[in-house]
This record gives sequence, structure tokens and C-alpha cells, in this order.
Amino acid sequence: MALDTVAIAATTPDQEQPFAALGLKSDEYQRICEILGRRPSSSELAMYSVMWSEHCSYKSSKVHLKQFGEKAPHSDALLVGIGENAGVVDVGQGYAVTFKIESHNHPSFVEPYQGAATGVGGIVRDILTMGARPIAIMDPLRFGEAHAPDTRRVLPGIVAGVGGYGNCLGLPNIGGEIVFDKTYAGNPLVNALCVGVMRHDQIKLAKASGPGNLVVLFGAKTGGDGIGGVSVLASETFGSTGPAKRPSVQVGDPFTEKVLIECSLEIFAEDLVVGIQDLGGAGLSCATSELASGGSGGMRVELDTVPLRDPNLSPEEILMSESQERMCAIVEPHKIARFLEICKKWDVTVTVIGEVTDGDRLIITWHGEVIVDVPPRTVAHDGPVYNRPVARPNYLDGAIADTPQLPKLDATNIAQAILDLISSPNMADKTWVTSQYDKYVQGNTIQSQPEDSGMVRIDERSHLGVAISTDANASWSYLNPYEGAKLALAEAARNIATAGAKPLAVTNCLNFGSPEDPGVMWQFAETVRGLADGCLEMGLPVTGGNVSFYNQTGDVAILPTPVIGVLGVIQDVRLRTPMAFNCEGLDLFLLGATNADFAGSQWAYMHDQRGGTVPVTDLQREMRLIDLLLEGQPIFAAAHDLSQGGLAATISEMVLHHGIGAGLDIPGDLATALLSETPGRVLVAITQSDSQKIESLATKYSIPLTRIGKSGGSTLSINSVSISIETLREAYTQTFPKLFGTEKLG
Amino acid sequence: MKVGVVTFPGSLDDRDAARAVRAAGAEAVSLWHADADLKKVDAVILPGGFSYGDYLRCGAISRFAPVMTSIIERANVGMPVLGICNGFQILCESHLLPGALTRNVGLHFLCTPQPIRIENISTPWTNNFQQGAEIVIPLKNGEGSFQCDDKTLDQLESEGRVIARYVGENPNGSRNLIAGISNARGNVVGLMPHPEHAIDSLTGPTADGLAFFTSVLTAMVGK
Repeated sequence: MALDTVAIAATTPDQEQPFAALGLKSDEYQRICEILGRRPSSSELAMYSVMWSEHCSYKSSKVHLKQFGEKAPHSDALLVGIGENAGVVDVGQGYAVTFKIESHNHPSFVEPYQGAATGVGGIVRDILTMGARPIAIMDPLRFGEAHAPDTRRVLPGIVAGVGGYGNCLGLPNIGGEIVFDKTYAGNPLVNALCVGVMRHDQIKLAKASGPGNLVVLFGAKTGGDGIGGVSVLASETFGSTGPAKRPSVQVGDPFTEKVLIECSLEIFAEDLVVGIQDLGGAGLSCATSELASGGSGGMRVELDTVPLRDPNLSPEEILMSESQERMCAIVEPHKIARFLEICKKWDVTVTVIGEVTDGDRLIITWHGEVIVDVPPRTVAHDGPVYNRPVARPNYLDGAIADTPQLPKLDATNIAQAILDLISSPNMADKTWVTSQYDKYVQGNTIQSQPEDSGMVRIDERSHLGVAISTDANASWSYLNPYEGAKLALAEAARNIATAGAKPLAVTNCLNFGSPEDPGVMWQFAETVRGLADGCLEMGLPVTGGNVSFYNQTGDVAILPTPVIGVLGVIQDVRLRTPMAFNCEGLDLFLLGATNADFAGSQWAYMHDQRGGTVPVTDLQREMRLIDLLLEGQPIFAAAHDLSQGGLAATISEMVLHHGIGAGLDIPGDLATALLSETPGRVLVAITQSDSQKIESLATKYSIPLTRIGKSGGSTLSINSVSISIETLREAYTQTFPKLFGTEKLG
Repeated sequence: MKVGVVTFPGSLDDRDAARAVRAAGAEAVSLWHADADLKKVDAVILPGGFSYGDYLRCGAISRFAPVMTSIIERANVGMPVLGICNGFQILCESHLLPGALTRNVGLHFLCTPQPIRIENISTPWTNNFQQGAEIVIPLKNGEGSFQCDDKTLDQLESEGRVIARYVGENPNGSRNLIAGISNARGNVVGLMPHPEHAIDSLTGPTADGLAFFTSVLTAMVGK
């Protein structure tokens, strides 16, 4: 194909352009023509098509997401808020922590290993781009039913991809989730969270300022992989037919990324960049337009200088390629020699591809001919905004009326009910997965799966650390997305506090079906409203996040799945409270009241009951519980959140962790006590001499307190029924190896 | 007492190994793969990781790094060298140690607290252990299955060069449950599990690994 330049575009207004094949609607194409005062050149069209995609432009979600700004609570901790590559939070002692969660759902369905691997790679580069050393990752994952054939294809591939990439980067994997639900069949969710740490004065931003400064591309060479990933893959619903989409999935090389991380950190340490942006979704189109519009606007790039893996790539393909492990920096001319030297030390390919200019145009040339001449802001930020129709979905009234039938438990069936619960795929031991992840590297991991939160030390001398938890209960969000979002927020915050860390800030990954469905849009709008209200009430700022739409196959959308990540700080990691008791004779107390909350519970899911009324969150009570947990932390030998699976799951996990039994004495309805999922509850273990203290704390914070038993023995005993630890362990640990293959072939 | 820790492109546990060296009371000296200068160190650790992305074969490219030429030279005249995980693989590729590390029989990367038994306490890296001590340190690798021919295996066993063995179920298919071996002289040790991740029970499963690093101090001071 002949080169389409700006000059040719100006003289051939009627030439047909394949905007629809690139994912643009005709009114969007018209707007591009209006902005430019002519038809776009093919390279400009390529840039707009990827940058105006749903994935990059947030065109359907923007009108809702602005609530996070409008309802933002006052926070002294927030150093960088929404809009940059990741938010940054002050954790004290001069340290700043950056964290963010992103989705890589569609690529992971098409090619599980590479999709998941590059999902990790992308979020790690976002964190690095802020100037931080990445220190840990987490991976909330969701799959179709565990025994479904396609789950057996995607789960092992995704797990291996998360591990393969993260392990090779030397990043400890400190937690996540694995949840099965049939609506995720064909739409697995791969969300990846990364956290990084830096000193306050090391924060870097994506801006190209200072005319004459150089635009430097470094890292991997550009190839033909991932072309149109954000538009063709991430922003459309999968049909059952249609062409294979594998060429749109990027291929990762973690070794290159590891070297790029060390090289970048050395460059940052010597203060050699004015601005920096990683190349992820939308590749060079995104990096150049965002850097330019983040600065004064002017930039000139010679696209033919970009080093290529495949010399036959066209300029349009180079602009759209999502080849991984690339960064773009703005460097002052007198610092370029040292910049190049550091790249040489790490054997990192580096090329000066352009410079910051006066004016406000982004001009890209190809062998001297101008192929792009645009106001960069129109590409990066002025994409279309849709106020899509919102309608409360029809299924809701029927679903809410469909109250789950309460289980009947007595001495004859209680043991079997517990074994069924803890052996169900959602509740069973996840060691088959987590043993494929390195959790020890960097030597700072204090807690990882299966603890309530992941925790890493950030200072070896002061023992300062951070804790993170990610949570979502999509079954609740399905029945009430407003409360579902608040409940997930409360749970994530609680999971931080059980360990003794103080919640500070929130990130989120909002996974939904098609925004073109008014019912899905309603779920989304309610979720954002709930999360923004919840964050305001709890005083936790949203620092950033990600929206993933089009997670549906045909008419079937996934459950609305807002994954909420909460980050907290702990002053001395040595004092954290673990999830399980490691000695006998401790008193076990339940904090929080228990009602018959079975809607959206694991028990209901196991019995194919999806309806009912979800519990209403009382965030004031949740905040009092968090304060109690933080103040009481010195007396807790163990503390473990009650959530999915209720008390039965929580006590089983505590018993199995160190193989120390427990005896519970439960009056009243056993089913409600053991299986209900009333939010705002934590089981704590304390020595008998501290029982006065816990009583006065419970009074002070108005949290119901019930003594329910004692640790010790070799069984889990509930009233007159005992289950041996071996029986529990077998039920808990066999599920994953049976489903996905055994680890023990040696 | 100076212990060098080599960083190759893709090394991951270099900072952990340096921390362990300091915790044992020695000075950790950073060595760069492309620099043949060993900076007057008394011993060297080749840390874990994925040097050169494990491309070609684990350790196969690192073996040709300039620093390895100096290390091989000094190792042959008795300098203590410990290769952990990827470091063990590099020592095998360098022919400082026999055998090879192959894909785990489970075919997955495996990260787990691993019980091992110390079988030989006469090396400079194990002299602070009790003979037969059973300890727990992390094992984490995808290619940790030790393989060699029968003759080599007989030689390793008869000369007491198996310095550590897995306890319990074989985690990766290694011959004779081998977790670590030494060269004939005993100064070069390769170990698949990671003692540097077990120097403090706050961050590791135990603090059992520290004795590998205090051992080398004892060995040098005793000289």
C-alpha cells in the first residue's frame, strides 16, 4: 500500500477509509474529520482508533467515574491521584507507595498464558513508570465452573502465565482470589495488581515539557504483535463465530522487562528523565499523545527511527503495535549521554526518536514525509463521551424475590455440610495455584495467600510495611450492585485491618458485560455510585483503576464484578496479627452479629440458589470494627475475617493452617451460625487473661462480642460433633489436584 | 571477610543473598557479570533468578560471562563458591559441578517450604550444621530435577559429595533426592533450595538457612 500522508489526505477528502474495521463508529469518524478539518491520514486514523477505543478512552464509563473525583474524601495521604499511570500514597517516613489493578481479560481467554503474562507485565510497567521499584503483585482471577472443559484449558494456562512472568521479574506474588461461576465461562477475568515503593522526591509523571528535550524509546524492539489489542480485542464482545483473534494478543518476554526495570531504576536514581510513559495498550499512539498532551503539546517524532523486529511493518502498524517491554522517556539533551550509557550497561536497545517542540501539534514523520499532524489532546483526552442508556434490568425483581431456602443443620449432617463446603472449588485450598508463584523473592514478604491480606515490609530498619487485599462478591453485586460495591470495599478494608494495618487508599478493577446493554450500564452506574459513596464515608480516596467492559458472550454477561483493592500501612510488621492460632488454649471470640444472610452466599451458590436480598452495609459499624482491630491488635494471637463460607470456612482455615484444633459451642440455629455470610465479622483468638480487654474494646466500639470456643485438640468440634483435622485436610486439599492434575508425580 | 554476590542480567535473588551475607556478619560485595574483577573477595555466591531469561538452557549463557572466567580460575584453587538455584545451574554449565538440572517432573514451577537433610558438614558452606540436621528452606524453581549418569551418581555418593537431600516426597524428580552437591575438593557447592530466603522466620519459613552463610565465615576465619 502506498504511503498515506497528511498532504495526500488533504487533497483526497473522499477516499474511503476502513474506520469500522478499526472499531470506530461513523459519528466518531466524522468527529475526527471535524477536529482535523480534513480526513485523517491512515496513520492518524490508526492512532484515533486505538486511543478512542473503550479500553483507552473510557468513553462509556467516564460520566460515571467522575464521581470518584466529585465525592473524593479529604486525604492527607494522597500524593498523586486519578489520571496518572497509577496513584501514589504517602505511607510515612518519606516513603511513597503506588499501586494499581488492571484487567487483561480478553487476551487471556484467547491465549491464556500470554494474555495473563502480559497482564502482569503491563501493570508492573505502570508502577515502574511512576518512578517506583515494583515490590509485589496480586492476581484476582475468575473462571467458569471448575469442572467445565474450557476452565481446564484457561486456568492452568493463566496460572502458568501469571507465574511465568511474575517469577521471572523477581516479584513476590502475595495474594489474590480464585472464584468460579458459570457466567465467567468464555469470559475469564484476569486482574493483576502491582505495588511499588519510592521516596517522595522520586515520583515521575507522564509529561513531555521543555522544547528541545529528546523523546527516547527504550526496551524491546517493536513487532507485529498486539496490533489493535485495545480496540479489536478488549472493546468488543466475542461472537461464537468470527476470525481467530490470536494475532491481537501480545507476546511477553519477562527477561527483557526485568532488565528494563533495573535499567529504568538506575536512570531514575540519577534523575535523568523529565517525564516517562510506558508502552502498553495502544503502544506508541498512546505514549506519544499522552506525553505530549501532558506537557505543552508540541512533539515531533521520526517514526522510521523506531527499531523494528519485523522490517516490513507499516507506519500504521508501528503506531498500533502493543509489543511489550517498551518505555518512552523525555530526556534533556545534556543528560542523554549518561542515559545511553546506562542502557548500554543493561544491553537495552535505546533510540532517540524525536523531540519536544514549541507549539501544540504532535507531528510524526516517515522518511521525511508528515504522516500525522494532530493536536495530541484530541487523541489522548478528547475522545468521545457516551451517556449510554441505563435501565434497571428485568431479572432483578424476580431474583430478589427468590429468597434462598435456609439449610437445616443438626448433629447428623453438620460434618458433611462443612466438608462439602471446604472442598467446593471456591473454598478449597489454592496451594495448587499459589505454589506456582514465588512468594519469597526480595525477602520482604510478611504475609501471602491464604492470609486475609498480602503484606510486605518496605523498610528493614524501621519495620514499616504495607498490606493489600483485593475483594469482590459478584453474587451480591448481581442482586444489588450499589451495596455489592460497598460490601467489597468494606471487606477489603477489614482484611487489611485484621492483620493490624490501617486502610489508606483504594484501587479498583470494574469488570462488566457490554455497555451497550442498558441493564449492564445500570449495574455499572450503581457500582460506581456505591463505591464512591463508600469511599467518601470511609475517608478512603480512590487512587485509580480500570474498567473492563464487553465481558460477555452473546447475550450472557458476566456477573457484575467490581474488584476492590485496599492498601494499608502497618508501622511494625513484626507485630502483625496472623490469620491462624499456633497454640492451644486460646479463647475464640466472634466480633460482630450474625443474621440469616444467605443471599449470594457460598452455600446458596453450591445449591444453585442465586436470589434473595443482600445484606445492607453499615460502614459506620465497619469503621468501628476496623478501629477496634487496630487498637486491639496487641492482644490478638490471631484474627481472621468471616466472608465467603461464613464461620464454617473461617474456623476450618484457622484450624488447618497450623494443624491445631478448636472446639466451638454454638447455641441456636446451627446453619445460620456456621454458614450465614453477614458482613462485618471477624474471629479473633486471645489468651484468657486478655478477655477483660476485649470486652471493654467491644463496649467502647459498640461491636457485638460472643465467646464461641477455644483452640486446641486434634479435631474441629462443634457442640457434640467432631471432625478430625486429617479429614478436614483431605477435603480441603484434594479438590484442586483432582481437577487440574497432581503436583506429586515424583 | 568479603563475600561477592554476582548480578547477571535476570538475577533475582542477588539482593537477598547480599542481605544473608550481611546477616551472617560478613561484607557483601556486588560483582557484575561483565566485569572480570572479583574485587578481592574471599568467597563468591551465584544467586538465583532467571539469568538471560533461562534462554537456550538455564545457566548456559551466563557461563560465558567474563566474571565466570575469574570465578572458575579461583574456584579451581580453592575459593569457596556457592551456587543457589540458577547459580547451581550455572556451576553445572561451567563444569565446576557435574550433572544437570532438568524440568521438574510435575512440569510446573514449584515454590514450597522444603525439608532437607544436611549430609556433609565438611564443606565451607555447611560446617556450621550438625551432621544429618533436618532443616526447612524454600524451594522455588521450574527446572530443579538433578540428573547425572550412573557413574557420576556413584562417585558423588561414594565420595560424600551429596551435601543435602530432600526429605519426604521427591519434589521434582531429582536422582537420589539430591538437593545439593559439591565438587571433589568441597569448596564449590551447588544447592537447589534457597537458604537466603530463610534467614529470619518473619520473612521466610524458618531461619535455618543462615548457617550456610555463617559456615563460610567459620571456614575462612579458621584458615
